[in-house]
Amino acid sequence: MSTVVPRKTKELDRVVVRFAGDSGDGMQLTGSRFTTVSSLLGNDTATLPDFPAEIRAPAGTLAGVSAFQVHISDHDILTPGDAPNVLVAMNPAALRANLGLMAPGGTIIVNVDAFDQRSLEKAGYQANPLSDGSLAAFTVYEVPMTSLTMQVGKEAGVKPRDAERSKNFFALGLVSWLYSRPVEPTLAWIAERFGGRPEVAEVNTRAFKAGYHFGETAELFESNYQVRPAPVEPGTYTNVTGNTALAWGLIAAARQAKLPLFLGSYPITPASDILHELSKQKHFGVRTLQAEDEIAGIGAAIGAAFGGALGVTTTSGPGMDLKAEAVGLAVNLELPLVVVDIQRAGPSTGMPTKTEQGDLLQALYGRHGEAPVPVVAAMTPSHCFDVAIEAARIAVTYRTPVILLSDGYLANGAEPWRLPAVEDLPTIEANFATQPNHERADGTAEFWPYLRDPVTLARPWAVPGTPGLEHRIGGLEKQAGSGNVSYDGENHERMVHERAAKLAAVAASIPPVAVDDPDGLGSAPVLVLGWGSTYGAIAAGVRRVRARGLKVAHAHLVHLNPFPSNLGEVLRAYPKVLVPEVNLGQLVKLVRAEFLVDAQPLTKVQGQPFRAREIEEAVLDTLGVAAGSATSEEQE
Amino acid sequence: MTDLAVPTTTRKDWASDQEVRWCPGCGDYSILAALQMLLPELGVRRENTVFVSGIGCAARFPYYMQTYGMHTIHGRAPAIATGLAVTRPDLDVWVVTGDGDALSIGGNHLIHALRRNVNITILLFNNQIYGLTKGQYSPTSEVGKVTKSTPFGSLDTPFNPISLALGAEATFVARTHDMDRKHMQETFRRAHEHRGAAFVEIYQNCNVFNDGAFERITGRDQRADMLIPLVHGQPIVFGAEGQYGVVMGEDGQLRIAPVAEVGVERVLVHDEHRDDPGLAFALSRLARGPFEPTPIGVFRDVERPEYGEAMTRQLLEAQERRGPGDLAALLASGGTWEVPGPAH
Repeated sequence: MSTVVPRKTKELDRVVVRFAGDSGDGMQLTGSRFTTVSSLLGNDTATLPDFPAEIRAPAGTLAGVSAFQVHISDHDILTPGDAPNVLVAMNPAALRANLGLMAPGGTIIVNVDAFDQRSLEKAGYQANPLSDGSLAAFTVYEVPMTSLTMQVGKEAGVKPRDAERSKNFFALGLVSWLYSRPVEPTLAWIAERFGGRPEVAEVNTRAFKAGYHFGETAELFESNYQVRPAPVEPGTYTNVTGNTALAWGLIAAARQAKLPLFLGSYPITPASDILHELSKQKHFGVRTLQAEDEIAGIGAAIGAAFGGALGVTTTSGPGMDLKAEAVGLAVNLELPLVVVDIQRAGPSTGMPTKTEQGDLLQALYGRHGEAPVPVVAAMTPSHCFDVAIEAARIAVTYRTPVILLSDGYLANGAEPWRLPAVEDLPTIEANFATQPNHERADGTAEFWPYLRDPVTLARPWAVPGTPGLEHRIGGLEKQAGSGNVSYDGENHERMVHERAAKLAAVAASIPPVAVDDPDGLGSAPVLVLGWGSTYGAIAAGVRRVRARGLKVAHAHLVHLNPFPSNLGEVLRAYPKVLVPEVNLGQLVKLVRAEFLVDAQPLTKVQGQPFRAREIEEAVLDTLGVAAGSATSEEQE
Repeated sequence: MTDLAVPTTTRKDWASDQEVRWCPGCGDYSILAALQMLLPELGVRRENTVFVSGIGCAARFPYYMQTYGMHTIHGRAPAIATGLAVTRPDLDVWVVTGDGDALSIGGNHLIHALRRNVNITILLFNNQIYGLTKGQYSPTSEVGKVTKSTPFGSLDTPFNPISLALGAEATFVARTHDMDRKHMQETFRRAHEHRGAAFVEIYQNCNVFNDGAFERITGRDQRADMLIPLVHGQPIVFGAEGQYGVVMGEDGQLRIAPVAEVGVERVLVHDEHRDDPGLAFALSRLARGPFEPTPIGVFRDVERPEYGEAMTRQLLEAQERRGPGDLAALLASGGTWEVPGPAH
């Protein structure tokens, strides 16, 4: 296929495309292929997969709609975009479920073959939206995707039923033409991915080409579009999802600590992909155990840590509930452990595939007794890599469990990532104990498992197999130093304080929180303080506010426990502090309690991340400025 | 781990400096002594030995051993020991547990450790009562048991730990009791030799909350008639003169019969290595409780790939196939593109 010379090619600086169809329509695959090709072209990209918890809800229903949104741009972007410019709807339910996201003037491409009476009814339409005038505000293209795909399937000699499944490739081909994406990478990918099933590869290839040619030749489209490469920092880039980056970060952390990596995990949405990824990497010496339950997952990780491994467990909210007792055990044992919580909408089973930041207070306080645990959170999909290393650094250096918070949005979202140089990754020192560290009254040497390092307050990590350092640890309170069981009240108070002081020691090792305030700390009238996955939306919202000539500052926390030591100073430098969170206001509670500042919450709990516009409006509101209509979308 | 000869040790070397705090007269003392006396004979090193326990009276065991040890949380010892054993195949990992710990709160972990055949040795101290929480009925207490939490008698059908272990695909299953040090040591030795998960039920007397629970079968004067020693390759007979034997009826049911009546050739010959656990299961059902003649010894000892070894083999095979892990290559494995530097 030659490169197409379109009738007219318009330049765009950014576009947001949303692919929507039935769960079985392959929308996630279509969206991620479009993303990859755009990344290869040098666009900046950000994605938002949005799918139901049911693997296959009844076909054609609203419950079964699966969508994938991608934002591609010629400049640095921070979010998957607010309103899609283009919606590809494979059936009436997909149209109905996603129409509300579209801004007037947007483009809608529908698979017109799917708009029969029965499908319209299943989607709850009384009348056909394609003919009743309800889509008048949009540019609608009706494309017979199913029948055209069946046609190429017939030519390839494939059964109609099988051919019909390739209609997502038709859609991909069409949108690839519309945005001037090169076809070769996708054709090569189809050949590789379906190489084992030549007839599937053949019909997918034909459907993809048919879609592309349809765009090129049909008189439907006035022009196609070009989104030029984004001027980004030079380097080698890949596209990575949060869960993959997190898995790779754990492998990197184990390498930097020279420890074998052990993962104990029980499958749970949206964390399972970390288990899947690590299970593939056995040649790195990674041991993965799919445990019988959540408790066994963390239990096995604790056992591995006792033996000198980097012990990790991965889960989501319901699993965190179950692991709470074992996290408390690890606090008492003072062994390194990384607990990864990919947050999802709760309580209880909640909305498993939808994102939320509802587990922050649980991470900090969800255990009985005084059981402090360091907590870190990832800001973007690729940042999950760095945070995994940071969590392991704290865990190993300070001999403590560390909770790493990510969420469904980061887990499945992807972004281009400039690959780090592996030789520049930080090193982590395990410093196993090899010698006795205490002298008995009679002058002989012995090993005391709870004799702390004066700086880090970490206890020695003596692994089985080391002669002379045999010792017992456990959940019962330990005598300071000797580690013998102790029920002494004063000793208990001392140990409670020592465990708390260890968190303060961690604080000394973390960088101060950076403030994005162009005119210097305290210059803007309002500070937006965020944590975790709200980073993109806040940064984009802040840009929009600044594009109006207004001042606003942004600080974003990676370390939630302990806080960076300059946080109080930063908060007090601003008359107003706004804290956006995808929960009912958890960080805001912490900073108000800790620093006595009048920080105000901005909350959203719809299973969806914030949009830049929502942040912008809240900041304007805080500033007492009317939002008006003119926003600076191009600044996003 | 090393070629150096294992240093000679005595019982004293295996005892920690911690004062043993079980109730005077508790059966746990004799189990502790049996093991501390046995370990010097096993040719193992203290530094390579780890005791892992959960919660309960028995769970204090690790504190009394001069080895590595972890006293963890209720029921989770098999899971914690699994993580340790699969990452450190060079270690001897023992799990010490009780009937509440292993069969109630930790039932799930027990059965999964057994079916995976993780290389751990599980010692289940069964006293048919909750001791540490002061006298509630346990999952092995008999129906009708009157305790603080069952003043009108318990309604729960008890577990038979041997049947449970066999049903969970255990490769080594044995029973012993706290009144016979020699039998305990022989059973522990066999369990320790086994590659994979070894499960040993120990009838243990709680003299405070359930005194004499096993007296009718383990009492010195009762043993000959009430305990049925299982010896591999030998007819299953008991009684002072070996006058009783275990036979299979035409209905497939195991029964006890006088050998003189049925003839020794009809007495079952014990086969620990039988692949099918059916007969071992039938033997585990011979007594309805510790008031009828009860088999002791090794019910089952078969070979199956050990979990940690199998896991290590997968890692080695992956390394042979793909070479050792290369982090830079991994990060680039999803496809990359170059963004060139500014033109000069």
